[in-house]
Amino acid sequence: MTISEKIVSDFVANDISFVTTVPCKQLAGVIDAIDANDSIYHIPSNKEDEGMGLCAGAWMGGKRPAIIMQNTAIGVTINTLVTLTQYYRMPLPMLISYRGELGEPVACQVEMAVHTKALLAQLNIPTYHFHNEQDANELDAILKHTFMCNKPVAILTDASFWKGY
Amino acid sequence: MIRSEVLKEIAPIIRDQLVVCNIGLPSQELHLIDDQPSNFYMLGTMGLASSIGLGLALAQDKKVISIDGDGSVLTNFGTLPTIANNVADNFILLIIDNGSYGSTGDQPTYAGKKTSLTKVAEACGCEQVVECQAEQTGQAIKDALASNKMTIIVSKCESGNVKVPVITMDPVVIRDRFMQTVKA
Repeated sequence: MTISEKIVSDFVANDISFVTTVPCKQLAGVIDAIDANDSIYHIPSNKEDEGMGLCAGAWMGGKRPAIIMQNTAIGVTINTLVTLTQYYRMPLPMLISYRGELGEPVACQVEMAVHTKALLAQLNIPTYHFHNEQDANELDAILKHTFMCNKPVAILTDASFWKGY
Repeated sequence: MIRSEVLKEIAPIIRDQLVVCNIGLPSQELHLIDDQPSNFYMLGTMGLASSIGLGLALAQDKKVISIDGDGSVLTNFGTLPTIANNVADNFILLIIDNGSYGSTGDQPTYAGKKTSLTKVAEACGCEQVVECQAEQTGQAIKDALASNKMTIIVSKCESGNVKVPVITMDPVVIRDRFMQTVKA
């Protein structure tokens, strides 16, 4: 099983059946695995705040959602995270590619990377950082934690975790 | 006819449906006119009424009406291609198009100028798009409900507001009673 398949199998094991994605090179394998999985409705978003709206609706409709996005999206979605997801107390696992870390070839990505954890901390969002492949062994527990506490939860996955691009 | 009059007219028609209502005055007006547990009032996050409504419609079988505004659709323009490409025949998007940002003091929107949201929705691939005058909104909703087909209604009305109190209900209460209604 590839790491992407393992991530999606943890999603399925936790009844996640509605996933919105914004494209990302690092997460392309996960996005493909989600698209290929019959028990998940995959709905690509044009922007991450739109995706969080879709997830809010799906959750109120009885489906467990998740969003897949890049860390740059934290800058896009602060208002939505605060006034929708957190204000109404909704669970949302956010599988995030942590661009701008070691191995990053694009300098501009570092500019958002340096703010990522500070912003998540400021928002009181539980944050987990996958750096080595075995870190993904915690994903199942993180997903259970997310739906237990009804909060948005960030899972940052960096280039070392993905073993380069 | 201004938005609050449109809402007053359609309130009896949408009372038994799941309604996701746009932030600001639309939610405050609907709350004052006919508060129902089947109404999800947005207290923040401009632009996402259509996205929340679509997600809800895709997740379960009951009919869902998102009440949006022209300004909010412009804010979340990416929503129209997503709606067009993820057809939920239990979903109605009602865009009350008064050509202005009502909640912030009636500043004009581009939808009140050269931009036609009806044509944009069609160009995005939405298959059933109905433009009507404010007075016909109730009938347009009845038709959309009867058609069992995903419908975008663009209701052209005049800009203008009435004074309404803010919603003081706790967001978790709004969400919880709404979810109970979804499940019922």
